[in-house]
Amino acid sequence: MSAQILTVKMENIGNLFKAIAADQKLYLPLEQAGQVQFLPYDPADDSQKVRLDVLNTVRSAKDLFFPQSENMVAFKKQGKKIDIIENREKVEAFTVFGVRACDARSFDILDRVFLSEPVDVSYAERRARGTVVTLACNEPEETCFCETFGIDAAKPDGDITTWIADGLLWWQANTNKGVKLTDKLLSVDAGLFVDSTGEAKALEEQQEKIREIISQLPLHGLSLEYFHKEELKTIFNSPKWQELSEACIGCGTCTFVCPTCQCYDIRDYDTGNGVQRYRCWDSCMYSDFVMMAHGNPRTSQVERFRQRFMHKLVYYPANNEGIFSCVGCGRCLAKCPSSMNIVKVAKTIGGEANV
Amino acid sequence: MCSCSCSHEGHEHDHNHGHEHHADALIPVIGVVTDIRVDTPDVKTFRVTAPEGGICFEYMPGQCAMLSIPAVGEAMFSITSSPTNREFMEFSIKKCGTLTDWLHQIEPEQELTIRGPYGNGFPVDDALAGQDLLFIAGGIGLAPLRSVINYCLHHRDRYGSIDIVYGARSSSDLVDIDELKNIWPTLENTNVHLTIDREEEGWDGHVGFVPSYVKELDFSLDKTVLLCGPPIMIKFTLASLQEMGFDKTQVYTTMELKMKCGVGKCGRCNIGSKYVCKDGPVFRCDELDELPDEY
Amino acid sequence: MQNADREINKEKISVAEMAKQILEQGRADRLMGWKRGEFFYDNSPAVFENLSELDDFVYDLFCGSNLSKFLVKESRKDGKIAVLLKPCDRYSFNQLVKEHRIIKDNVLPVEIDCDGMLDIDKIRALGIKGIKKITVDGDQLQIDTVYGPKTCAREDVLLMKCLTCKDRVGGDRFELVKEIEAMSSVERYEFWRSELSKCIRCNACRNVCPACTCEKCVFDNDKSGIANKANTDSFEESLYHMIRAFHVAGRCTDCGECTRVCPQNIPLHLINRKIIKDLNEFYGEYQAGEDDFSKGPLTRFDLDDVEPDIVMERGGNK
Ligand SMILES: Cc1cc2nc3c(=O)[nH]c(=O)nc-3n(C[C@H](O)[C@H](O)[C@H](O)COP(=O)(O)OP(=O)(O)OC[C@H]3O[C@@H](n4cnc5c(N)ncnc54)[C@H](O)[C@@H]3O)c2cc1C
Ligand code: SF4
Ligand code: SF4
Ligand code: SF4
Ligand code: SF4
Ligand code: FES
Repeated sequence: MSAQILTVKMENIGNLFKAIAADQKLYLPLEQAGQVQFLPYDPADDSQKVRLDVLNTVRSAKDLFFPQSENMVAFKKQGKKIDIIENREKVEAFTVFGVRACDARSFDILDRVFLSEPVDVSYAERRARGTVVTLACNEPEETCFCETFGIDAAKPDGDITTWIADGLLWWQANTNKGVKLTDKLLSVDAGLFVDSTGEAKALEEQQEKIREIISQLPLHGLSLEYFHKEELKTIFNSPKWQELSEACIGCGTCTFVCPTCQCYDIRDYDTGNGVQRYRCWDSCMYSDFVMMAHGNPRTSQVERFRQRFMHKLVYYPANNEGIFSCVGCGRCLAKCPSSMNIVKVAKTIGGEANV
Repeated sequence: MCSCSCSHEGHEHDHNHGHEHHADALIPVIGVVTDIRVDTPDVKTFRVTAPEGGICFEYMPGQCAMLSIPAVGEAMFSITSSPTNREFMEFSIKKCGTLTDWLHQIEPEQELTIRGPYGNGFPVDDALAGQDLLFIAGGIGLAPLRSVINYCLHHRDRYGSIDIVYGARSSSDLVDIDELKNIWPTLENTNVHLTIDREEEGWDGHVGFVPSYVKELDFSLDKTVLLCGPPIMIKFTLASLQEMGFDKTQVYTTMELKMKCGVGKCGRCNIGSKYVCKDGPVFRCDELDELPDEY
Repeated sequence: MQNADREINKEKISVAEMAKQILEQGRADRLMGWKRGEFFYDNSPAVFENLSELDDFVYDLFCGSNLSKFLVKESRKDGKIAVLLKPCDRYSFNQLVKEHRIIKDNVLPVEIDCDGMLDIDKIRALGIKGIKKITVDGDQLQIDTVYGPKTCAREDVLLMKCLTCKDRVGGDRFELVKEIEAMSSVERYEFWRSELSKCIRCNACRNVCPACTCEKCVFDNDKSGIANKANTDSFEESLYHMIRAFHVAGRCTDCGECTRVCPQNIPLHLINRKIIKDLNEFYGEYQAGEDDFSKGPLTRFDLDDVEPDIVMERGGNK
């Protein structure tokens, strides 16, 4: 892809957002009641507060491709007859700006699930219509361990990568979709960007700085070496799951904030004049998740807790060339009511490698 | 293979052969219940066709479908008819929850929604071809096996001898199907062995649990076994077979876990790294040993 | 009647020492406390079965989580379990004993002191990132971070529940409730709309709540008609929070756990405090969990109880 690097002054970043939002929805990390979420940007609403300083939104960017709940199809029942009414929301083109390196990688992990045969149509549509603009992390948190998964917070993936350095936003398209968006922006306003290709010293310095910080983070060097499919049964049978799961209250918060968690439920809602079938996020941490006619194969929180981490560290990799289903975003570290998380699991179970 | 990503993936599929075409594997089509048969006090067999007649989609023996009455529930069921039957599909359904209770009180002409086929099915054209087959079923477990049995009988020359062992709690719990009484026992090189758990007036057949009956029958060890039923019955029958000298690689069985999507994505039905809806429900017993003990 | 027997720290030894003595002297078979985390602030509730496990025991400024609810499960296991109760946690413990959710004969409650717990999220919300270490320096906190040293006032980053601790004087816990009551209905609607629409329906508030110990919660019961796992519409998230608030009315001790655990920082305690305030006004001052035997305002009937139309009189329909 073209190595062209463009810049726009940070004080003019509003112009950039307006230009993107001119003909499509633009999602930005916006403040809502003190929290930051990816929400639709409205150029006309100047009460909106864009927060590019906050690293991770609580709800990850996966919400834009795999929404917490979405309509699938509706039914009309009349006597013995049933009509199927397709009413899935039509997905329009959109752009999301400010996605971090970890979340950007989470799309690859979800792609392997939802884009494999049979393709999940609504996810595929959102992936096809959505342009992802990532933003490098100038100030990683102590909970970040994206590095463990080979993710470079100084050079996130995405259709377009951006950096903030030296009072400028640096902009580089990585994919055809990214080039298309860039070209469109230039065709609307040729003066929006300055071509800074070949003059990116400040950018390179910023990248160095980020990598330097990452190497000083407390979770630097976390090893997941022990977790491979040959050890599946040993890890599964480890007596340590008991104490690890002791504090877990089965709330599902870790699964809902996780950018790579994929479980969903399909439910019907009687609207009074028809039936709406929708799908929504679900959590393997819930007690009724696998409840069925001849009982529940995961009777206690020990089994449910184990399932979540086995899936991320062993099962998913076993089906996907060793790739873990975690991107080290640190959300489960920051949000668990009982402070249990994947790092504690990895260190307790995969012990040796981490002492 | 059909280039669309519709639910009929993997099979010859004619876009004009009737029902509407869907690109989304999770969106069902309409099926019409044309006939309902009472098999046991809590099992009924439902005959389902596409609205314009014929089967709703192509499938192989051992595959399943998601049936639903909107706002009541949706659940996975084995397709118990053989794909060689082009007129209709059949489902034998045990009354045990919200959806199944509802289905047990419907009448013919009722429409339902159906999507599928799901799962791998039995290896009828590979591992089973040319083999002497031993079918062992307990209770509702006959449902998936019935499809294979009829498929094999339809292609009789492709298989060796066929033995069918079928057991239930009582004679009234033995699925009351015509084939079992009047067709299968009369066919050449085909034997049916029935058993019930306890003595009963008017029953002059075998009495005893399936696992011990299988041992008594002392089958030759070169057979390929297809085993279906409640988990406990599978466990003990497998043990019996092993004691007799059968190897786990000779035994195929089906697994049942809670399902929602049917396509290996909703994360519900895994045993270790395998999704029962996609990688199963049929497993060779030695493959199960590779999986964690969580089913 | 009087509360179940308590272990009280008379000699003023350290909590860690107390924990050690309890296990050493066999006064309990197990002890529920907190276990050191990966960082210095992510302590987890934990059960300690022997002295060597106590190596990981911790009691410091990050032991905000309330251990009472774990006893619903733990008190049903064999043997006696000791549990460490901060002043605020004792109310939840009492309430759970009162509701027969904890088998009190299997529990040794141990009262411990607390100077207020810190809220790591509040520290982060000040823009402090890459936190490595915190030292208390009088009223100030010295925070060592990847990005250099920072400071903040201790009072500013206490857990919400510690600000109006029942054990300390000062602080009107109904202050914000009164502000919300004073809003116009439109403003009030907007306030809650904006807060509640952040909800991701993760159930952390319910699962952590010591008053929510139903064996089958209405929201998990498909047959209840209100079972749901997601916010299918904006009405639903309010429905969930309001129904829950009513279910815990008169039993909520204001332990503040719901607000502590909410990943979206929704001030859920304000809903419960509104109900507590109303109950106080209707039936007289009442503190749920004050003791482990008395009847609550909603489980008692007196002839001079208020009539329902008081709500209209107070302008509930404005
Ligand atoms: C691959 C496969 C093939 C199958 N084939 C057949 C078949 O051929 N014939 C057949 O009859 N069945 C078959 N089943 C089983 C069938 O899918 C289940 O019995 C299904 O649950 C019936 O749906 P239901 O709505 O009637 O039951 P549900 O209402 O889902 O209830 C089933 C049972 O689970 C319990 N339960 C469910 N959810 C909860 C909860 N949240 N809390 C507490 N308890 C709960 C109920 O009490 C009840 O006992 C198959 C299943 C699979 C996975
Ligand atoms: S985990 Fe990595 S990519 Fe994600 S926010 Fe932290 S530094 Fe950035
Ligand atoms: S690990 Fe933590 S966040 Fe996840 S379900 Fe358990 S208590 Fe909730
Ligand atoms: S498991 Fe935790 S750290 Fe990993 S991606 Fe999910 S939320 Fe982030
Ligand atoms: S919300 Fe209501 S039903 Fe659910 S656990 Fe709490 S009190 Fe029980
Ligand atoms: S039913 Fe969804 S993954 Fe198997």
